[in-house]
Amino acid sequence: METHSKATVRYAMVIDLDKCVGCGTCMVACAVENNVSVPPPEALENRGLTWMRTQRVDNGKAWPDHRAVTVPIPCQHCEHAPCIHVCPVTAVQLDESTGIIGQVPTRCMGCRYCMAACPYHARYFNWFDPKWPEGLQDTLNPDVAPRMRGVAEKCNFCHGRLAHAREKAAADGRPADEPVHYVPACVEACPHGAISFGNRLEEGGPIAELEHKPEAFRLLEALGTEPKVTYLSREPWIRRIGLSRLDRVRGHGDGPEGA
Amino acid sequence: MDRHLIQRGLDRTSLPRFLLWLLPWLLLGAWGGISATQLFRDGLYHTNMDNRFAFGLWIILDLAIIALGAGAFFLGFMTYLMRRHEFKQVLNTAVIVGFTCYSGAIVTLAIDVGQPIRAWFAFWHANVHSMLTEVTFCITCYLIVLLIEYIPIVLKNRRLRTVPGATVLEFNLHKLMVVFAGVGAFLSFFHQGSLGGMFGVLNGRPFAYREGVGIWPTTFFLFIWSAISAGPSFIMLITMIVQALTRKQLVDTFVLSRLGRLSGIILSTYIVAKMADTIVWIMVTLPGQGFDAAEFYRSEIFGAWVLFLELTVFGLLPATILLNRRRVESTRWLVVGGFLTCFGVAFNRFVFTLQTLSVPTMSFDRFMIYWPSQQEWGVLAGVVAYGVILYSLSFRYLNLFPRERELQTTTGGN
Repeated sequence: METHSKATVRYAMVIDLDKCVGCGTCMVACAVENNVSVPPPEALENRGLTWMRTQRVDNGKAWPDHRAVTVPIPCQHCEHAPCIHVCPVTAVQLDESTGIIGQVPTRCMGCRYCMAACPYHARYFNWFDPKWPEGLQDTLNPDVAPRMRGVAEKCNFCHGRLAHAREKAAADGRPADEPVHYVPACVEACPHGAISFGNRLEEGGPIAELEHKPEAFRLLEALGTEPKVTYLSREPWIRRIGLSRLDRVRGHGDGPEGA
Repeated sequence: MDRHLIQRGLDRTSLPRFLLWLLPWLLLGAWGGISATQLFRDGLYHTNMDNRFAFGLWIILDLAIIALGAGAFFLGFMTYLMRRHEFKQVLNTAVIVGFTCYSGAIVTLAIDVGQPIRAWFAFWHANVHSMLTEVTFCITCYLIVLLIEYIPIVLKNRRLRTVPGATVLEFNLHKLMVVFAGVGAFLSFFHQGSLGGMFGVLNGRPFAYREGVGIWPTTFFLFIWSAISAGPSFIMLITMIVQALTRKQLVDTFVLSRLGRLSGIILSTYIVAKMADTIVWIMVTLPGQGFDAAEFYRSEIFGAWVLFLELTVFGLLPATILLNRRRVESTRWLVVGGFLTCFGVAFNRFVFTLQTLSVPTMSFDRFMIYWPSQQEWGVLAGVVAYGVILYSLSFRYLNLFPRERELQTTTGGN
């Protein structure tokens, strides 16, 4: 990855699972910020739209040893993203200047190959025409285009906010190649400060520091996708949820069960 | 009423009887048409696919019929390039079956994508790294080749031969068939492979992911291999079904035996390669990704029987039957061997599509199941009906079997 080695910005997210209480504020903030439409009540399970899924996971033990955690799962913005090379219409792109995996909804033809490729199930399809219940249209964000029926969508680390930050930097006369600081909606909204966001290449920066903590882990690292979302927990059983099943058995014994 | 359209010397059933034969297929086609209309109008929420089951019945159908349609390119290759002229007796059937399979697959794909109106983006915004791009280009080009191969068969129609220039065109196209056979073989080779590559490159889906040679995962080669093993069997079965329905001998019996044996030879080598691939996948590829094959076969639906069935009942068994010189002389054994081979390739595509999406990737994922909706079945029924209707019309009005006149011992049919 020559471009990666020259890059000065790689936006990344760190989610502290010990701070997350599973309130879902991140999901709501994300949906409002990014005009994520509301599927009709008759929509089947797994037909919903969310760029930030919260997955409840437990340790598989009975009370009183039962423990559970909520894992917020946005797009992992993999450095070696399995979704990019599969898209036949180049609707999925890695922004070399930020590391963000972007989705071009107006180019997507809805083949869903990217969804089949994603091991994190972080991509969603617009099964329905985008609609918002009465009154909720007033919350629509004019900076983000809603997606049409029949295309895939996913988290883009709040690209609208990044564009705003860049515009502001340009207005302030800062050079175009200088990294800009901004926070996605989920980071801003989390009442417990469980989500951190920033440039992981910033030397001595908070993200790089968090990513190198001993309690840091990523989902399915063995696949070699190099996700840019890192999770933190001091609980060993929670750290094991990032491992694939064989790795868990090899190194750490039995792991959690989905809840 | 339509006698003037039927080739001289060929005996075909009466028009009312023929229309009666078409009726159920037209009804199935109507079901498909209504389903497709609903899906185009309202969107894919009429299906039972979801964010986890991004692919469903239609992708299985596409993969299966394209594999079964491989007889068109492979028999063209064998006839024109390898000079095995005995297969010329079934070549017209192979072309029409191939054309219906490929055109049916393209129609299904158009229904399957969320924005069919943007299908041309695959050419305009082509991602050269995507296996699906390669599939799109090759299938489209090959469909054109099949159309060109179909035209001379149509132009031989008794009525069309009276059109000035039609015979000249047919004659000239016929002279070029060796070129089209070569082009068809080249294109088919790549898209059959790329359909397998589509799954093999999914490094985020350990069930499907395979290592390989250069940019091509092993599934690239295995899909070609399995398709050319099933292609001749499918043409053999179709010919046998038509013979049974019309109660006529349409080709020399030895041609069917040779088709069966050809399938057997390729299938036996394929199944050895498939077993080797499975062993490498279990012993090397999966552990490298932190996965254990056993966990993929633990659900109630996808147990170890899936692997067993694919390798033995749909692999070793038909290969053993079709390799045996005595068995391929027997119609019954040919049917059993051919059916198992064809069903096996469809089963392989089913496994790659559905089990890949069904098995968990993350430690907290669960096995998922999917059952197609009425509309999904409707589209499948429509595609099958389209194939049967097109073949029936071709059989009635065109000369599909060059030896038919000589072999006539007719008692009726359609």
